[in-house]
Amino acid sequence: MNIVVCIKQVPDTTDVRIDPKTNTLIREGVQSIINPFDMYAIEEAIRLKERFGGMATVITMGPPQAADALREAISMGIDEAIHLSDRAFAGSDTWATSLILAKAIEKMGSVDLVICGKQATDGDTAQVGPGIAAHLDLPQATYVRRVDSVHMDTVPRIMVVERLLEEGYEIMELQLPALITVVKEVNEPRLPSLKGKMKARKAEIPVWGNKDLQIPEHQVGLKGSPTQVVKIFTPPQKEGGKVFTGEPEQTVAGLVAEIKDIL
Amino acid sequence: MLTYGLTEEQEMIKEVARKIAEEKIRPFSAQWDEHDEHPASAVEAMAQSDLFGVCIPEAYGGMGGGLMDLCIATEEIARVDGGVSTVYAASFLGLLPILIDGTEEQKKKYLTRLASGKSLAAFGLTEPEAGSDAANVQLTAVKDGDYYILNGVKHFISNGGVADIYTIVAQTNKSKGARGISMFIVEKDHPGFTFGKKEDKLGIRASQTRELIFQDCRVHKDQLIGGKEGRGFMTVMKTFDHSRPGVAAQAVGVAQGAYELAVAYAHERKQFNQAISSFQGIQWMLADMAMKTEAARSLLYSVARMVDRGESGVSPYSAMAKCYCSDVAMEVTTNAVQIFGGYGYIKEYPIEKFMRDAKIYQIYEGTNQIQRTIVALQLIKEFSK
Amino acid sequence: MANIRVITDKCVGCSVCMRGCPVQAIKMVDRKAVIDLDVCTLCGACVSACKFEAIAIERANAGTPAKDLEAYKGVWVFGEQRNGEIVSVVFELLGKARELAADRNTYVGVMFIGDGIKDKAQELIYRGADKVFVVEDEALKHYTTENYTAAVTDLVGKYKPEIILAGATTTGRSLVSRIAISLYAGLTADCTQLHIDKEKGILVQTRPAFGGNIMAQIISPNYRPQMATVRHKVMPEAPRDESRKGEIIDEPFDTAKTDRRMKFLDFVKEAIATVNISEADIIVSGGRGMGGPENFKLLEELADAMGGAVGASRAAIDAGWLPYSHQVGQTGRTVCPKIYIACGISGQIQHLVGMQSSDTIIAINKDPDAPIFKVADYGIVGDVMKVIPLLIREIKKVKSA
Repeated sequence: MNIVVCIKQVPDTTDVRIDPKTNTLIREGVQSIINPFDMYAIEEAIRLKERFGGMATVITMGPPQAADALREAISMGIDEAIHLSDRAFAGSDTWATSLILAKAIEKMGSVDLVICGKQATDGDTAQVGPGIAAHLDLPQATYVRRVDSVHMDTVPRIMVVERLLEEGYEIMELQLPALITVVKEVNEPRLPSLKGKMKARKAEIPVWGNKDLQIPEHQVGLKGSPTQVVKIFTPPQKEGGKVFTGEPEQTVAGLVAEIKDIL
Repeated sequence: MLTYGLTEEQEMIKEVARKIAEEKIRPFSAQWDEHDEHPASAVEAMAQSDLFGVCIPEAYGGMGGGLMDLCIATEEIARVDGGVSTVYAASFLGLLPILIDGTEEQKKKYLTRLASGKSLAAFGLTEPEAGSDAANVQLTAVKDGDYYILNGVKHFISNGGVADIYTIVAQTNKSKGARGISMFIVEKDHPGFTFGKKEDKLGIRASQTRELIFQDCRVHKDQLIGGKEGRGFMTVMKTFDHSRPGVAAQAVGVAQGAYELAVAYAHERKQFNQAISSFQGIQWMLADMAMKTEAARSLLYSVARMVDRGESGVSPYSAMAKCYCSDVAMEVTTNAVQIFGGYGYIKEYPIEKFMRDAKIYQIYEGTNQIQRTIVALQLIKEFSK
Repeated sequence: MANIRVITDKCVGCSVCMRGCPVQAIKMVDRKAVIDLDVCTLCGACVSACKFEAIAIERANAGTPAKDLEAYKGVWVFGEQRNGEIVSVVFELLGKARELAADRNTYVGVMFIGDGIKDKAQELIYRGADKVFVVEDEALKHYTTENYTAAVTDLVGKYKPEIILAGATTTGRSLVSRIAISLYAGLTADCTQLHIDKEKGILVQTRPAFGGNIMAQIISPNYRPQMATVRHKVMPEAPRDESRKGEIIDEPFDTAKTDRRMKFLDFVKEAIATVNISEADIIVSGGRGMGGPENFKLLEELADAMGGAVGASRAAIDAGWLPYSHQVGQTGRTVCPKIYIACGISGQIQHLVGMQSSDTIIAINKDPDAPIFKVADYGIVGDVMKVIPLLIREIKKVKSA
């Protein structure tokens, strides 16, 4: 089974703070990590590969430091990585990003399954996974919480998954090749192994730019992005409210007096 | 921290072990301690990350590292939980006789299983009447054709009951004294091999400590380590040369973990309108704790590197490392509790466990009194004419 | 190629831009900001941060010119339905759609897709729709992305709406992400504010990023339709007016486009979750400070007394005290109820991003320094096990009075 995992390197939200003087995000010393949801995607790819044989490749679109994320994925057990990086890609919104990833997957050839994390914790849009599926015209299942079964020997080859919905879960059958986005419930990601880390250290990761993908210039970067960010601002900070201390009888009475009108 | 010129691989081992310690061990440490529970999930995480193969040769599925690599991993785990590090180190102790003196078949059969972490090992030497007096083992192994019949009892065995592979020290020929001792590999559930009671300990409670009972336990001669009788005592001594730095590493880790907690606490705790870390008395205590831990670590690393270079005459130095590091751990953890004050005495806070865990390192694998004797005898031999 | 540059004459070297850059692309060289173009992602944070307007991004608005933008008229809403019932977020979207349509002097349309749903179409008109486009077919009975995408693409091709709004539900998000590609349209997810820039005649979409620590304003001036999803309970519901009149238009589904690569097999309602926390107006949430699963019974009692649902922080879910469907936070659900009570939750940022837009936040924690108190409107410093029983008692009193 040939699996591709699309990951993104994001800032570690725990570290994100606002500078009170400039009202902007402080990014000094903020760590970059693999988007938490992508960890579940990586783990699921490794598990499926262990079950069905084949290969798992991880790809990411990002600046040079994104290669660290790729190596981390390899240290967990992914076989190979491809880094998509080109100044022309900068400024891409989800439309252009999903196109770039889709073209890379196309170039890789004979992919059975694409796995993405549900969403990235910086953009939070959850659009890239379905976007890739649309560009490649693949059937998609989002919010997958479990892969029930995969049948590689039937014609057509199919996969049965459970999708987590608001009030329960749905069971769906997809034909391969397909794309799924996964949620936290799907698995527990493993920690990197020593052998994995050694492999990651030595791994050669090819970098593909637009000369390799040949996407028309007007479809990548800012030019290819239907959406534009025109302003970034910090939301008005909550001041911190009324805190009651003391004996429970008093504190509860105090609180209830304040909120009884909204109950 | 003082840096020690670790190789890139050693840094990797450190990173992996620390990640497991923080994510897979720390959240459950108190629970395992309270319930005297084997840390199965941590063992699995360590196995998956290849930590059990760190110093097993590549030919048997290991990483081919040395004692230094093992000590680095052990220290990172002990920094978070001395009990879990005992599970790890005791398994290593249990497999050392096979690594040191096993036949090729024995190594192939057992080391691969142990490198994967799928099985744990345990070392069976101590008996009710043979503690410090190691040569005085009473468990007998009587030859009977192609078999040996084992009879006797081992107690205070770490990983007893959870390990699959046990290396047992037995008397094969009483008349020969130390030269009449041999080691056997016995697997769990082998007929005639059962477990006695589990000990309820002061510390390192995540490590299961049990009695091993051998009643007419017939093992094939293929299980005799090295294939020849009488090699047991030398194997035990060589085993300790390698395992004592492992104990020292645990002690250094526990000391490190304790004083990190103490520094953080001293910074947060306010009395007399200031953080207690601004009081000179506390500062000096913290400085002493840090100095001694670094000194202990330096001694340990020097010894581990000496062992890895394959040099002879390591015994007194392994002894020094074990003795000094464990004494430091006891001192550092006790002072850490002191810095926490009243809160240091309460189980809700993690520090008291470090003090309880530290004590064992001064006792097992040769009490510090025995260690000192080893050192002294060596000094006398070397420096008296 | 798009360009970002530092206007060195205006740059005073204050380095505010450098500190605010998400990818550390800016360095100060000889007291002037220098941007590394290989690292810069053109997010624009530095442009906003600079008080001297010394950084400029030239956004070249080339690209496939949207054909005849003026022909696109109408503010549409995706009328999501599940098992024939209209999902309540649709009514919230209709409220906003009416506002936007008024500003654009156009009508409100609803795409109503499914099987055997036509009788519900009138409800959409009562809530504000001027036209309801009904597409019915057996293949559309259960949502599958490919079939719904085909239906929407056809509708959009025929009627050319300028704006499409959808609820940020699992269905909504999956569907519009897919449509945006086939229509080559701009899509902004999870908008908290929507308004029309009357001068330019375009939709301005405001949404949180970096877990809500930053707000971004986004536009798609050159592409149509302009698409946005909105989270549940962010906007108020449209009032119901039975005197409203509108058109119900049947549209055929091109069965040739039925995609058989996806098949719905079954739906299993979650046995344990009695109230979907995303829908709840009141949520009582527990964290590690609750001590153990047995103590969550208290939270259930409190939630019952208030008519709400029980949520949990990641720590409680990871410990197995409640199933994942109750998790509130970055890797769980985002909620914005009227009242959110956080019990024994410290307030780590990953939890906050899942609930910080709740109307009223109340925190109960024994640690006065817990970060949760910074976002709470009201707080009690105390032992949850002592406070909550009293709170239950007092609330029952208030409710029965």
